[in-house]
Amino acid sequence: MALSRRTLLGLAAAVPVSAALAACSGSSGPGKGGAATYWYLNGQPQEGVRAGAVDAFNKANPDTQIEDTTYQNDAYKTKIKTAIGAGQAPTVIWGWGGGTLRAYAEAGQVEDLTPWFDENPDVKKGLFPSSFGAATVDGKIYAMPCETVQPIILYYNKRVFDRVKVDPPESWDDIMALVPKFNAKGIAPFALGGQSRWTNMMWLEFLFDRIGGPEVFQAAIEGEKNAWSHPDAIKALTALQDLVKADGFVKGFSSITADSNADQALLYTDRAAMMLHGAWSYGIQQADGGDFVSSDSLGFMNFPAVEGGKGDLSNTVGNPAQYLSISAKASAEQKKIAKDFFATGILQEEEVKQWIGNGSVPIRLGTEKLLAESDNAEFLQFTYDVASKAKVFVQSWDQALSPTAAETLLDNIVKLFQLSISPQQFASNLNAVTAA
Amino acid sequence: MSTLTAKRSGRRPRRSILPWLATPALLLFTGFAVVPLVGVFALSFTTWDGIGSIRVTGLTSWRAVLTDPGLPHALWVTFLVMAVSWAVQTPLSILLGTFLAGRQRYRAVLGVVYFIPLMLSSAAIAIAYEALLDPNFGLGAGLGVEALSKDWLGRPGLAFGVVIFVVSWQFVPFHSLIYQGGVQQIPKSLYEAAQLDGAGRVRQFFSITLPQLKYTIITSSTLMVVGSLTFFDLIFVLTEGGPGDATRVLALDMYKRGFQASLMGPASAIAVILVLVGLALALLLRRLGGRDAAASQLEGAS
Repeated sequence: MALSRRTLLGLAAAVPVSAALAACSGSSGPGKGGAATYWYLNGQPQEGVRAGAVDAFNKANPDTQIEDTTYQNDAYKTKIKTAIGAGQAPTVIWGWGGGTLRAYAEAGQVEDLTPWFDENPDVKKGLFPSSFGAATVDGKIYAMPCETVQPIILYYNKRVFDRVKVDPPESWDDIMALVPKFNAKGIAPFALGGQSRWTNMMWLEFLFDRIGGPEVFQAAIEGEKNAWSHPDAIKALTALQDLVKADGFVKGFSSITADSNADQALLYTDRAAMMLHGAWSYGIQQADGGDFVSSDSLGFMNFPAVEGGKGDLSNTVGNPAQYLSISAKASAEQKKIAKDFFATGILQEEEVKQWIGNGSVPIRLGTEKLLAESDNAEFLQFTYDVASKAKVFVQSWDQALSPTAAETLLDNIVKLFQLSISPQQFASNLNAVTAA
Repeated sequence: MSTLTAKRSGRRPRRSILPWLATPALLLFTGFAVVPLVGVFALSFTTWDGIGSIRVTGLTSWRAVLTDPGLPHALWVTFLVMAVSWAVQTPLSILLGTFLAGRQRYRAVLGVVYFIPLMLSSAAIAIAYEALLDPNFGLGAGLGVEALSKDWLGRPGLAFGVVIFVVSWQFVPFHSLIYQGGVQQIPKSLYEAAQLDGAGRVRQFFSITLPQLKYTIITSSTLMVVGSLTFFDLIFVLTEGGPGDATRVLALDMYKRGFQASLMGPASAIAVILVLVGLALALLLRRLGGRDAAASQLEGAS
């Protein structure tokens, strides 16, 4: 009797386990039923605008629903890759275009949208032409550009410049001359969230362009041999290390993350004088910085010239747009919903207004009037001009390169900023991964 | 005869039920450990970016991993984390455990307080420390203590120290608990005899408590050493293996290669290495402790 009771107990213990195992499989998975799924990044104020567009579409189309899920930036980059590899991708894939999109396209994981754009020429005509470059792989369009254009901007704190009685820099030599002046007053010349790695990268993007022109990095993308050892590349890398050696960046920058916006806080709390950051930072400083933006203390400019450099001063770097692709694994029904969403749900009037309200420039053409009416007209007009007048708009390097090369790039950039490798070592480490 | 058969038949069901009791654990182990392990081993002979199709490429991934100077570095960092965190945690845990083994009420209260870090998730701990250590808005700046506002996560040596500190902060409570149990099992008679012989507290600790804790030390060390191989979440959130690669342990190296750099083949090769190192260590520790396992641990030992 005792034994049979033990058997029962054993079974009783086993049942919940197997039940739990059974429960593990089966659920989850992309979009049960007919609804299309859509993953994008969280973090206000952008999250609210994205969610608003989905809600508006769902309300207007009660039969065809989009289920949205949000993720934190760095976590999303891994999550979406894993999901696509496992065939569990959402119907609508939010991304940055460039090298990552190329990987998706070459693996046949995303839908070719070229025919759809041909059938709907109005959609294409309404968007910034420069935004399509990073959506195109081998002549075919694999993503719909969306949201906003985000050039990298040199921000500065006017209050601090007044206090130290200096003028904003007009050249690289000016920057190097300003560094000791700010340091003498106990103000960091540049805020930098160095732990996030891509923050450091923005510096190289501009120095490469201003010193050697866009051709230097273009050669690296195209897999040219020893592209990173180009004399102008070495010059740019050396210039950067000179700035680090001169204490150009805030003390302890390697311990600061951009995710916590601590770098931007340094600027609006008058502890740093300048900062190189994306256009999205304006909205963050406006939201978190008290009266910093409203009292007109925030200055902004395009990156200045480097003496003797070849790059055009109008050139800029950053994100030409954000991108939405459609998973090739989605059902026909889901794909149709996604395409309807692209045509009638993306960058509609309300969304455009909200982006502008947040201090961003949406990639829809013909918004000059709305931009001029906005409270942030000066900044928005500036961004619009930078983005639309740029001779070359270089996509952020970590997005333009393949994921493998991007990882090596980011690792080596940190070491470069820590002065633990020389420009020559940096160049040879990167030559090893980008050369075709 | 009849009694014998009765006995035998009474035993048989027991024999047949034991394997059944092991089934749930075995199923879980096979499903979540053995099958993925075989998968990873197979993947290590392929080239795969995690998205496209998997191509079998023989030893390419292994060659890439074994010739990469990053591997010895990651192994060295892993070993350092293991050794230093063991050396920091063990004495602290033994002392705390011995202290908490006393029956006084205030010690029970302290025991509960010490236990708190163990209830927090590693990611939460890492985020909290990251914020506290921010050189401009962290603890040092907030309290105005210059000594605390260092570039904690930006200098290789400091970042390594921070990792060890946070790991210890999180796991010392757990090991203290193990030692507390160990100390409470030591027979009182040993201490009484020592007191009669005039041994002081320190002498009692070194001559009775420590030797009697031998097996507890081995258990706790095994958990620490093998556990330190899998430190991932904490280091990933705290430093992301940085600055540079100063805190890039093997597990982190594997993740970064696999999921950030899209090199699943080499990442799988590292995973295999990780498993082998873990098995070797567990075996070694068992050997170290198991040689005289038959010898009595209690009264007879003295």
